[in-house]
Amino acid sequence: MTELSQSAAVAPWCDRCGEAAATGAHTACAAARALEPPRYCAHCRRRMKVQVLPVGWSALCVEHGATEG
Amino acid sequence: MPEILDRARTQVLENGVGLDEADILAVLNLPDEHLPAALQLAHEVRMRWCGPEVEVEGIVSLKTGGCPEDCHFCSQSGLFTSPVRSVWLDIPNLVEAARQTAKTGATEFCIVAAVRGPDARLMKQMREGVAAIKAEVDIQVAASLGMLNQEQVDELVEMGVHRYNHNLETCRSYFPNVVTTHSFEERWETLRMVRESGMEVCCGGILGLGETLEQRAEFAAQLAELDPHEVPLNFLNPRPGTPLGDRPVVEGKDALRAIAAFRLAMPRTILRYAGGRELTLGDLGTRDGLLGGINAVIVGNYLTTLGRPANADLELLDDLKMPVKALSATL
Ligand code: SF4
Ligand SMILES: [Zn+2]
Ligand SMILES: [Zn+2]
Repeated sequence: MTELSQSAAVAPWCDRCGEAAATGAHTACAAARALEPPRYCAHCRRRMKVQVLPVGWSALCVEHGATEG
Repeated sequence: MPEILDRARTQVLENGVGLDEADILAVLNLPDEHLPAALQLAHEVRMRWCGPEVEVEGIVSLKTGGCPEDCHFCSQSGLFTSPVRSVWLDIPNLVEAARQTAKTGATEFCIVAAVRGPDARLMKQMREGVAAIKAEVDIQVAASLGMLNQEQVDELVEMGVHRYNHNLETCRSYFPNVVTTHSFEERWETLRMVRESGMEVCCGGILGLGETLEQRAEFAAQLAELDPHEVPLNFLNPRPGTPLGDRPVVEGKDALRAIAAFRLAMPRTILRYAGGRELTLGDLGTRDGLLGGINAVIVGNYLTTLGRPANADLELLDDLKMPVKALSATL
């Protein structure tokens, strides 16, 4: 994980559903994320370009750059 | 022992003749208490007609998202409000994905694109990508690029693509409920051309799309009629924003009944665990399926979702004393 995704814990948006992180617990989103890459940038809510690879994934926000997992 | 399993023992295990649609349905309808016997028989059939080896495959998405088709389960359709964005994989990263896949011991690497069928750009990317993989990685290359015309079939053969995946997804009678932008028959036509070209046919589908058990049996019978080299079996992983996004996942025992039934319908095919098994079956169920007719797995991640780590599957195979099929055995 990069620094960016670690700081996503305090970011304003849910990286799975793209809704405000403060609205609701997003427990289902957190559980689903075990088997999914992020889809929304947690900082700006933009949809990211996500490439899943056999091992790992990478996600790109035009504003906030790349994240890998 | 239910009568259907007795009959299957003679017909399928001893004589290698798959069950017909009515008998497949009888297996899908078996009560829970007979499920272990059905799985045991399916396992014996697999061992007798396929052997203990497990074929391991990795897959990668060469072109993700933005597909013009409307397969109602698919997060890559551009017609739904799915969060999946369009993205292309470049050739160095494609080769690296093949290398990572080969490292797991996998013998198959399937390159997938979210398209109705390939255009010139995709065929060019394939040509360069397959050549680069073949130059650098010891692995067999398969492809899944939607519906093909004859020239494209011929070109893929020339590139050295040895197997082509094109799923029927569901049975003929339910297909129009799942896809409206093309027909079951159009998919069948691509499969026919692939078969005639000499490439191996890989064709399966997804369970849990809302089909009835009768339709699940119909699907298995239609696949048996096609007689593919490989059948990948997916279980719906409901994707946000798709028309099937709110459907429940297939219940574990129903998934296992389906695995046994599909094996008893197709004693000799490679029956592969594909997407959704983590959600539907979990770790225990995954093991049960490998002891119930499954003889191939996709390891690592899928196209838009993630799988279990490859190591977890490889350790399980080791534990079950099921050898991974070697590349030499596939050539
Ligand atoms: S053709 Fe393939 S990528 Fe396109 S919507 Fe259907 S399943 Fe998805
Ligand atoms: Zn959320
Ligand atoms: Zn951003």
